[in-house]
Amino acid sequence: MQVFFQTFVNGLTSGCVYALIALGYTMVYGILKLLNFAHGDVYMVGAYIGYVVLQLFGGAHGLSIPVVLLLFFMFTAASFGCGYLGVAMERFAYRPLRNAPRIAPLITALGISFVLENTILLLFGGFVRSYDTNAYIPFSTGIQIGGVRIDLVQILTIVGSFAMMYGLWRIVNRTTLGKSMRAVASDREAAEMLGINVDRTIALTFFIGSAMAGIAGVMSGLAFNQITNTIGFLAGLKAFTAAVVGGIGSIPGAMLGGIFIGLCEAYSSSYISSQFSDLIVFGILIVTMLIRPQGIFGQRPLQKV
Amino acid sequence: MRVSVKREPPDAEADPTVEEGAAGRGSIGVDSWVAQSSDRRDVGTGWRRVLARADARIGWWPRLALVTILGLAFAQLSTNVNIQTVAFNSLLYALLAMGLNIAVGWSGLLDLGYIASFGFGAYGYAIFSSTALGTDGVGGSHLPAIESILIVVAAAGVVGAVLGLIALRVSGDYFAIVTLFLGQAFFEVANNVDTGTFGGVNGLFGLDPLHSFGVTVTTPLGYYYLALGMCVLVAAVLHLLDTSRTGRAWRALNDDQLAASAMTLSVSKLKVMAYAFATMVGALAGTLFAAQQDNVFPTNFTSNILILIYACLVLGGVGSIAGAILGGIVVTVAENMLGSPTDAAYLFYGLIIIALIAKVRPWRRLGWVVAGVIAFGYAMHAIVGAIAPSATAGHPGSPGWIGSALKGYVIVPSNPQNFGNALYLALIVGLVAIVRLRGIKQLIAVIITIYVAACCWEGRLIVNPAITTQIMLGAILIVTMAARPYGLLGKHRVETI
Repeated sequence: MQVFFQTFVNGLTSGCVYALIALGYTMVYGILKLLNFAHGDVYMVGAYIGYVVLQLFGGAHGLSIPVVLLLFFMFTAASFGCGYLGVAMERFAYRPLRNAPRIAPLITALGISFVLENTILLLFGGFVRSYDTNAYIPFSTGIQIGGVRIDLVQILTIVGSFAMMYGLWRIVNRTTLGKSMRAVASDREAAEMLGINVDRTIALTFFIGSAMAGIAGVMSGLAFNQITNTIGFLAGLKAFTAAVVGGIGSIPGAMLGGIFIGLCEAYSSSYISSQFSDLIVFGILIVTMLIRPQGIFGQRPLQKV
Repeated sequence: MRVSVKREPPDAEADPTVEEGAAGRGSIGVDSWVAQSSDRRDVGTGWRRVLARADARIGWWPRLALVTILGLAFAQLSTNVNIQTVAFNSLLYALLAMGLNIAVGWSGLLDLGYIASFGFGAYGYAIFSSTALGTDGVGGSHLPAIESILIVVAAAGVVGAVLGLIALRVSGDYFAIVTLFLGQAFFEVANNVDTGTFGGVNGLFGLDPLHSFGVTVTTPLGYYYLALGMCVLVAAVLHLLDTSRTGRAWRALNDDQLAASAMTLSVSKLKVMAYAFATMVGALAGTLFAAQQDNVFPTNFTSNILILIYACLVLGGVGSIAGAILGGIVVTVAENMLGSPTDAAYLFYGLIIIALIAKVRPWRRLGWVVAGVIAFGYAMHAIVGAIAPSATAGHPGSPGWIGSALKGYVIVPSNPQNFGNALYLALIVGLVAIVRLRGIKQLIAVIITIYVAACCWEGRLIVNPAITTQIMLGAILIVTMAARPYGLLGKHRVETI
């Protein structure tokens, strides 16, 4: 039973990270009907920005500032860096393709993903970089319930993710920006006629989605320590699975989907086979798509003639 | 609705001159025949018109014969084994792009798991032509190539048809996702199966060379001829398929599925067929690849290769056989050129010069820019050299005359790594600035960016040719999509919404 709950905590941690990435996917898809395959790589860039901040302040073993301040700088830098990266991506790569054939933005997304991965490879080299979280946030801190240990980083990840999801939910449902996002998502042209600045709304959507991916990158760096330039592809795929399982375009769907995928992955690797845990996740996706293509929370789009 | 108004000559897809024009450019909601009518009128004047007319008159098989003869003549000219291998790879990618084109270009199924069919073919051939089916590295079925290839391709057809059923349940982007996972699943399976029979991480090696009817192909030249033969065969078959009833039905499906089904086309059958055909061509390319490589590894079938195949197809033009072949050749040759420092330098500076000539007008302004680039570079080099001599101590990365010519021009410190990384980031900022700025500021940004690009290239990019290749390929994809979403030889299609 102890293993069961420990796996639950670990799965919840990675699930929260997936959920944060999935939110970006789902927001962009909702508003542009665009699969932004490069989103996973934005998450990877976020992890590297956090790493750079860590190095700037003396590295894991010689920190020159308090840990709280370090975390603040890491998350701020990653969210703004990735946010602007997302905006740039939208502005220079996707916006010219709004009226292009459907395949064009997808190919562009593959191209961006390729460029980002290799840019990081060029700048940082191919070897694994480590956050060495243990050196400044020791694993021993945290809470112990029965035999289950939840360390501080896991608490930070879980609580932070839920806070951000709540914030996003507030933005989408309670602010003018959220209203214009929903308007653009449901009908871009009509929204434009009603005086909504569509370009700005889309850019902001990209900013928010990418910023969350950046934060997710730092969180995963802290929680799982190791980062390479290829983590984006697989994490992106899994987050994508999460978004699809939850019903792409639906925000609560992405959150629950992310947590669901994280738990599936954790349980399958601790109870079935760690080798094939990725395959199991993909299997879930394929089966979900075949049985309920619109996902759990998604609505089947009406086909207009 | 191209089905009912198809009045172009059947070989118009190999015909780039006809489609160039502003009117046909993806205008939404306009019938494609109407949209292209002004293009047909504006074929140009003088020799262009003569060429276009002649181009429209030549049938498809003389073209194919011409390409075949060129291919054979090329083999006679080159004795260099490396060049022959590159030529083989070009044809391999051309073959792959042609297969992908069936699904993506013609029937509009965005197949992101195509790499799995390539892998299926390669692994299929490997299993039948090695000791994989034997025990403890002895025995196994060493089938003649003709048999194993036929078995593998037929099996691929069956598997493709079964997987094609997915397309009936999910469509559009969702289909893309499911196939992406299938491709990834193939890699995971190939990578994690037991190492005894199917190789697992270690791959399968020591495969028989291609042998049939008492002939064994061992030389690169032999494989080149083989690839050429297969390419020509597949191109001919695909062309006949394209102009057949099925081909037209596929394109109708691609244009508008609802309308196609209203016209009593069997949408499900067409989708399954398209996917099965694509898988078969992919598997055929896979067998060839395995035979030539003499081994297969799971890492041969990652998403990087998928992106490369997409680059071939997209660059050549989605929906065109000639485009797929051209794309395969261009991408493979470019990739290989980027791998060798001298050729890479020619390619890099050549692209800059071409871009300048194409984009900077009028000539006087071009002159100013060139003069500015040269003056700015030497000035910077002199200033930096005067302040800190060590900052210009390094030697440009390009070998030969380019390197020596640029010695007094670019700033390359003795340890250029970090400096080069900073320049790389500056280069990205510069490119953004060029796009955003206008007028004289833009020209200044162009001058500075070109100089930064040259310094970054000499100091950093050329040192890691493998990474640079990937970055350039990704950039080429992005730029092609932005500038010409229909590729070099692609048709301007009309999207119905």
